[in-house]
Amino acid sequence: MHAINYDAPTTLDQAVSILKTHGENARPFCGGTDIIIQLRAGVRRTEHLVDVKKIKELQVLSFDAKKGLRLGAAVPCIEISESDVMRRHYPGLTEAAHLIGSLQIQNRASVGGNLCNGSPAADTTPALIVLGARARIVGPNGEREVPVEAFVVSPGRTVLKPGELLVELLVPAPAPHSSDAYLRFIPRNEMDIAVVGVGAAVTLDGDKVKAARIALAAVGPTPILASKAADAIIGMKLDDAALEAAGRAASAACSPIDDMRGTAEFRLHITAVLTRRVLSIAAERAKKN
Amino acid sequence: MSKKTLVEATINGETVEFLCEPRQSLLETLRDVLELTGSKEGCLTGDCGACTVLVEGRPVCSCLMLGVEAQGKNITTVEGLATNGVLSVLQNKFLEHAALQCGICTPGFLISAKSLLDRNPKPTEHDVRYALAGNLCRCTGYDKIVKAVLDAAAAIRSQGEGKAAAR
Repeated sequence: MHAINYDAPTTLDQAVSILKTHGENARPFCGGTDIIIQLRAGVRRTEHLVDVKKIKELQVLSFDAKKGLRLGAAVPCIEISESDVMRRHYPGLTEAAHLIGSLQIQNRASVGGNLCNGSPAADTTPALIVLGARARIVGPNGEREVPVEAFVVSPGRTVLKPGELLVELLVPAPAPHSSDAYLRFIPRNEMDIAVVGVGAAVTLDGDKVKAARIALAAVGPTPILASKAADAIIGMKLDDAALEAAGRAASAACSPIDDMRGTAEFRLHITAVLTRRVLSIAAERAKKN
Repeated sequence: MSKKTLVEATINGETVEFLCEPRQSLLETLRDVLELTGSKEGCLTGDCGACTVLVEGRPVCSCLMLGVEAQGKNITTVEGLATNGVLSVLQNKFLEHAALQCGICTPGFLISAKSLLDRNPKPTEHDVRYALAGNLCRCTGYDKIVKAVLDAAAAIRSQGEGKAAAR
């Protein structure tokens, strides 16, 4: 790896000040499970890493039945998968965090880092999008909030401007009779990059779908909010015909590529299959809430 | 070249001060600066687990952590498993079960297995395989490693019972 400088500020103000001073040459650093590999391989270059793990706002994990979830950007995935509160209220986000890498990786990697890395295949990003999560960002010009579906702008690039940093993810409290789920397809049992990932959140009114969100990973240049796929089931009973319609609409929202993990045609097929399955799982969970 | 940083950490129970460059991984620091060469370099991408060490009791890939991040942390490497030159129960069980061939992956497996047994004294085979899933071995086919860890768990439990009975 080329020479770098390293700082580990303990407050947001210090972090923003260091990031601002170094502008495009600096980058926030958290679990390091992507950026250290990228720096070594020369696919990203930065002169200055700003370790954000010592900033207390980034380590918050708190849930309130009215206000919802505050998930600090630096909270490691292991804390999410070991949290009963997360498992109960956000099972889809929890399962997405739980299937990232090995225990060694989950002890370091964070959901915030997964988002800031900007990969279209990030597992936790669709899981956040379906929950209506917003990203709270601070920077030299103050604070702003961005819906997670607008955070990644192209592969590896996000809305973060030089000097800015992701502080936390704000997730609304789940509505009554709602739940979420995340499924991905990989060619082996565990520990691979998604060929397709699908997240869904469903709110039921009796046996009909009152509200739904569906989001997709690894089937386009960024994570995708598939609004038309959700529209296809709103007001409907979640029977086979409705699931088929949602699957077709989800496939239609994709613009996948052929690569070593799968062809575009295969990805379109799998997107429809996973959409049907993940909606069924989310709906089953929602019935119990 | 960026200037070296002074880092103070607890490694295998001893307070250690060392100098490292921010670009150096914890693995490089352990091996090249502190001469603790038990942790191995395999893939350098967090896939193989040969470099696994415990940081605050949690297994991490030391190739994906910077040496400077060790500041103030409590770190255990494979060198910390034996006591005064006497191998731990877990290490002895790896020998008894021939749970290694070339040995490159063994330090990482020992650390991941220790982390499991510290948390879960009575793991099932599934628990063992799950906890070791971040460690790759190209020689053994894993069965002997899994058996060694299960047997170590049983031996540690019976040791504990023996001690309890003696009291």
